[in-house]
Amino acid sequence: MPIEIKMPALSPTMEEGTLAKWLVKVGDKVSSGDIMAEIETDKATMEFEAVDEGTIVAISVPEGSEGVKVGAVIATLATDDEDAAPVAPKAAAPAPKAEAAPAPAPVAAPAPAPVAAAPKANAEDRVVASPLAKRLAAELGVDLSKVTGTGPNGRIVKADIEAAAGGAVAPSAPAPAAAPAPTAAPAPAAVPDFGIPYEAEKLNNVRKTIARRLTEAKQTIPHIYLTVDVRLDALLELRGELNKALEPQGVKLSVNDLMIKALAKALEIVPKCNVSFAGDELRKYARSDISVAVAAPSGLITPIIVDAGTKSVSHISKEMTALAGKAREGKLQPHEYQGGTASLSNLGMFGIKQFDAVINPPQAMILAVGAGEQRPYVVDGALSVATVMSATGSFDHRAIDGADGAALMQAFKQLVEQPLGLLA
Amino acid sequence: MSEQYDVIILGSGPGGYVAAIRCAQLGLKTAIVERENLGGICLNWGCIPTKALLRSAEVLHNMKHAAAYGLAADNIRADLEAVVKRSRGVAKQLNQGVTHLMKKNKIAVHMGTGVLKGAGKLEVTGDKGTETLTAKHIIVATGARARDLPFAPADGKRVWTYRHAMVPQELPSKLLVIGSGAIGIEFASFYNDMGSEVTVVEMMDRIVPVEDADVSAFLEKALVKQGMTIMTGAGVEKLDVTASGVKAAIKGKDGKVVTSDFSHVIVAVGIVPNTESIGLEALGVKAERGIIAIDDYGRTNVKGLWAIGDVTPGPWLAHKASHEGVIAAESIAKELGNKDVHPHAMDRRNIPGCTYCHPQVASVGLTEAKAKEAGHVVKAGTFPFIGNGKAIALGEPEGFIKTVFDAKTGELLGAHMVGAEVTELIQGYVVGKTLETTEAELMATVFPHPTLSEMMHESVLAAYGRALHI
Repeated sequence: MPIEIKMPALSPTMEEGTLAKWLVKVGDKVSSGDIMAEIETDKATMEFEAVDEGTIVAISVPEGSEGVKVGAVIATLATDDEDAAPVAPKAAAPAPKAEAAPAPAPVAAPAPAPVAAAPKANAEDRVVASPLAKRLAAELGVDLSKVTGTGPNGRIVKADIEAAAGGAVAPSAPAPAAAPAPTAAPAPAAVPDFGIPYEAEKLNNVRKTIARRLTEAKQTIPHIYLTVDVRLDALLELRGELNKALEPQGVKLSVNDLMIKALAKALEIVPKCNVSFAGDELRKYARSDISVAVAAPSGLITPIIVDAGTKSVSHISKEMTALAGKAREGKLQPHEYQGGTASLSNLGMFGIKQFDAVINPPQAMILAVGAGEQRPYVVDGALSVATVMSATGSFDHRAIDGADGAALMQAFKQLVEQPLGLLA
Repeated sequence: MSEQYDVIILGSGPGGYVAAIRCAQLGLKTAIVERENLGGICLNWGCIPTKALLRSAEVLHNMKHAAAYGLAADNIRADLEAVVKRSRGVAKQLNQGVTHLMKKNKIAVHMGTGVLKGAGKLEVTGDKGTETLTAKHIIVATGARARDLPFAPADGKRVWTYRHAMVPQELPSKLLVIGSGAIGIEFASFYNDMGSEVTVVEMMDRIVPVEDADVSAFLEKALVKQGMTIMTGAGVEKLDVTASGVKAAIKGKDGKVVTSDFSHVIVAVGIVPNTESIGLEALGVKAERGIIAIDDYGRTNVKGLWAIGDVTPGPWLAHKASHEGVIAAESIAKELGNKDVHPHAMDRRNIPGCTYCHPQVASVGLTEAKAKEAGHVVKAGTFPFIGNGKAIALGEPEGFIKTVFDAKTGELLGAHMVGAEVTELIQGYVVGKTLETTEAELMATVFPHPTLSEMMHESVLAAYGRALHI
């Protein structure tokens, strides 16, 4: 019996993904554990392994297909030789809910019999919707590519458009029709073309997610910013000693590793800042999971050091090295970047003196760390030189009062300036 | 010993036997229980044998009008006995067809009267005694029967239901038809063509009241022209059956009661679902006036118990029952773990209705009045048969096709037809409606020439002021 290979849910919340790359082709034999494809979710690219053994007889979703629904059939595997002749993928039903943009036309396998392959561009642009649904969508400003079809084989029908437009649409009410769909993504106004030469690059899923979430954060969260100057001399000295001691173990602590620890500890000291604003309730977290901003080639991503408050700095350092590596390769697993109770962003290595970061919802605070630099510094009434950095906390003012935010910054400053507290 | 099935279907009408076939196709162990004839009313005592009768009437009508086609026919007469015999023969052929389909699909047929005895249990009493069948799912498809007038129950001699009207021993000389729905009008048309003097009494202000008002008006005119007497807004107050006929007191539109003599009466004032004494009450099945409440897939409020066809809310039509049968069968298969079936919800807006009087009536969707009631701003178009070449060639220049669109979205809301062969035409609009067509696709469709179907195109064009041949 041929086995239908379906788009996997690579995280509990994943609904669709991009089939970034096929690593197998029709006719290839695969066995359990072989990597068949790379699948890009909104945050990362993941490898998709074969579970069963057999021969790939059909690939139904071409690589590069975006918005492939979880559960959609992406390939067919024959388990015994009888079935191994390439078969045309089922024309109908790539997914129970194939919809809108996806529903990519099945790619004809390089089969003995020539099978007409739909031109790729067409396949990707095809929206399966009834004539009435298309017309209603245009009138109500509903983006068909964001509508899930409930008709046969996921065809978008009138009822789907009405649902997307928010409730039943009055039948050609004499009054002007309902306002544009509230669910439609906030599309920016068209960018005017001033004739400047440019190259258009299609947004990847990571970039789309960043755009959506940061817009959401800045539009919905009232940010307040609190900045402190922190003297680093003691911390740098301690780091030097620790690294000397840890060298045999192959551990080299970065300043950032110590910042992660300091932030986590500070959150434990001021738990009022370790929260999420959740509409009608405030979530107070019982541990400090620090999301650390990492610049990956595909865009910003924030791997998490879980329970950083109780982990040793060397442990944090090792974990961070591994996570940052994965992040740069786009191989982070969803559980490694989804979650976190507060974030840390460090642009000190670029010489940035101070900056205000945007909160990463549903978290309620993010700490922006600037460069440690030698500055004139007054110690005991006398001017001297010290290594100082500026750190700015951005707080969700709905959840955190200014005084509580200030208390957190104070605790952070103290932990960094008297760093032995980080080790205890 | 009780036999264990996946599905038992109680009733083998067009709902039940189709559900059984679909269940069997999906690999379910299926049984069907029937107390009388496989195929139910539809093909034994309803749709099919009446079409056979009406075909005879149509041929007779054409023979009488042979001269109009340049043909001569003398000594034309109808042999009622032979007409009925042909109709029964057609019914028998189809009944055997259903028997064959049950055998081919390995469906166990239990002849007898079934009564539900708790969840998944059905007791069947037949000629060979009583047996108990059990199943994971049971579909109730027991259909309906004609509604009696309380003051004049049908006796089969002078007062007939559809069932008696189908096997007449003699041609009524003067026939009263009470009710002008599809059944009443079809028999009125048949007996009128056969030579009876026919009067139709309808309580509502127009005949075929579920149809578009334009269709009702047109049909009434056509039937009156054929010699029928039609009384709308009228009611039969009293029927006195005598040895030689029936005295009927009819209250007319003006409120005056007039007593007239008829040889026979056909009562066609609606149907009653067959939901008594099959054990539904004991199971706590939700029903209103005998009509079982179901969801869009045929589920009743009792787990594992389903209902389809005339025991559920209308329209009470064979094709609606069959469609519900397929949906219920697929939903059951899905509940039993079949992941390859994707039953769709029943959409009652797209069920066509056909009446085989002469001229025929066919429709789907909202009438113009109902569309306006629902709040639509309407664009309606009408095209007459007289503007169609094929209709004129056929010698059938009477009738029209009307289409109703939502002015704003172009959604096809309804289509209404009266005239020759329209029962075969309506399906074009039903397909379009099911695909959610707008006027644009219909306008862009090429219709073959010369056919009656060209009027379907013209009607759409007419709704937008673009009809070509008028």
